[in-house]
Amino acid sequence: MSPLSLLASVAVDSLAYAMVLFVISVGLSITLGLMRFVNLAHGLFAVAGGYALVAAMARLGLPYEAAVPAALAAVALLAWPLERWLYRRLAGRSELDQVLFSIALVFIGIAGLGLLFGNAITAVRLPGYLQGSVSLGFRELPAQRLAALGAGVFTLVLLSWLMQSTRFGIELRAAVERPQAAQALGIRTTRVCSLAFALGAALAALGGVAGAELLPLEPHYPLKYLVLFLAVVAVGGLGSHWGLLAAALLLGTVETAAKYFVPGLSSIFFFTTMLAVLAWRPQGLFGRPV
Amino acid sequence: MNTILMKAPAQRLRWRPTALAPEALLLLGGIGLYLLVPDDLGFATRVLIGALFALSLDLVLGYGGIVTLGQAALFGSGAYAAGLFALHLSGNPLLGLVAGAAAGAATAGLTGWLVLRSHGLTAVMITIAVAQVLLEVASKWRSVTGGDDGLSGIAVQPLFGRFEFDFFGHTGYWYALVVLLLVFAALRRLVAAPFGLTLVGLREDRVRMVALGCRLQRRLGTAYLIGGAVAGLAGALSAQVTQVVGLSSLSFAQSAEALVMLVLGGTGRLWGAILGTAVFMGVHHLASSIDPLRWMLVIGVMLLGVVLFMPQGLSGAVVSLWRRLQRRQEAA
Repeated sequence: MSPLSLLASVAVDSLAYAMVLFVISVGLSITLGLMRFVNLAHGLFAVAGGYALVAAMARLGLPYEAAVPAALAAVALLAWPLERWLYRRLAGRSELDQVLFSIALVFIGIAGLGLLFGNAITAVRLPGYLQGSVSLGFRELPAQRLAALGAGVFTLVLLSWLMQSTRFGIELRAAVERPQAAQALGIRTTRVCSLAFALGAALAALGGVAGAELLPLEPHYPLKYLVLFLAVVAVGGLGSHWGLLAAALLLGTVETAAKYFVPGLSSIFFFTTMLAVLAWRPQGLFGRPV
Repeated sequence: MNTILMKAPAQRLRWRPTALAPEALLLLGGIGLYLLVPDDLGFATRVLIGALFALSLDLVLGYGGIVTLGQAALFGSGAYAAGLFALHLSGNPLLGLVAGAAAGAATAGLTGWLVLRSHGLTAVMITIAVAQVLLEVASKWRSVTGGDDGLSGIAVQPLFGRFEFDFFGHTGYWYALVVLLLVFAALRRLVAAPFGLTLVGLREDRVRMVALGCRLQRRLGTAYLIGGAVAGLAGALSAQVTQVVGLSSLSFAQSAEALVMLVLGGTGRLWGAILGTAVFMGVHHLASSIDPLRWMLVIGVMLLGVVLFMPQGLSGAVVSLWRRLQRRQEAA
């Protein structure tokens, strides 16, 4: 492989990986940064999205294009009652209680997934056009990576639009900044938060689906990649999706490049990068100083 | 919390025979465990080591309020230090314990400043990162740590030159129990002393304590250092008794499990840490022999129940039950 095409592969893989990290972490950043809830069970929504896709295709016989939205909707519908009946009860409690509660959910989820789908890695059957590669004229790119990239761009556009120019975004920001004032103005803060939570879960599911090639589906997924998602949120800084994107790009590139050039040491590079950023800026890249 | 602060001075005024009751209970519990599973002393010893590790976390997290998910960094440092000490320097078990405690304290001292200058998620992530970096170093530095295979064939000389570490683990069990008892007694005195009360104060209200002239960094740094020494001691015990040290001693799972055991038992009470460990490992022992997935389900449901219905953990539930019984007696 010529040096230039090697660099190009590294760049494409890094970008795709970073986008998957970004899409999955958005919901975590919303619950952690906006609702101040430490939700270690976030990876459960990502993997649930992947498994819902597999189930919708294999058991309901839906084509891939229909199964993806169905899977996202299923995860959002799963997240809604969880938030309504369980998460909200823990909202005012200490971080430690929230950590323990969400770890408990992770354990129950892993057991449930294992009993339903088996302990081995489950592969997603991709449609033909996502298996091959796409020619861009000057070079060929794996279609699956491009799909992951597309999911990232879609999420970014969706979030920017939702937060800046819709009533929901304004109400969410109001509900978070000044809950009582928002309620006095007639904003149904609890409903807005439920919606945001379900949205974050659906985006995690999208990330889980788009990243199924990079982060394979297995019952232990939520525990295995938990640190990864938390790292992106911590490095990005809470409550800013541009920070999150920057963190995902930085950490994704570091890990992918290290995998290419110094295999076996990628984890060290990942964590030392994280340590270095947090030692330099404890509030994260784009976070407000504490 | 208020009860701790109010009771403390009176407790220190005069010595009462009940002052050693918790230690006596722990000793009885230890003897009971020995009689309960005489055929599986390996498991019983792991419970004691787990309890020691949970105690170190309770000091740091339950009393100091430093939320950490990287306590395994300190445990693993102690385990590897004790293992290497026994392999290359001396097989004396007590010196090995000192080496393990020193290594745990050294790791805590070297990384504590980084953890303590940040808070919230950042601090938690730094503790995780420190443990992960150490794990990767141990996994790659094969010539010293043995990589994925870990250290094996750790030979420990007889304790005091007399008690040989036997195959069935009798010596190992009593050795671990005595170390646990001593550390428990020492930590109980430490948390009742002004130092421990300062930690509780810092946990409850940092701003006010700093305004009162408390040196936050120094106090919490000391707590982290002592926690590191105790965690290192637990690691060293594990290395000596099992005679192997593996990468799992530095793993995220090791840290997370200790946290779960501690919160299950209830933070901020030393005996809560021990109770939580015993219950967690007992359930694990029973459930995972059936099926590891069911074990996750059982522990998950148990944790959910504790969080929703016993916010103070098992030890908190015991205390409130005890108080209710007392009140009923007084009324009668």
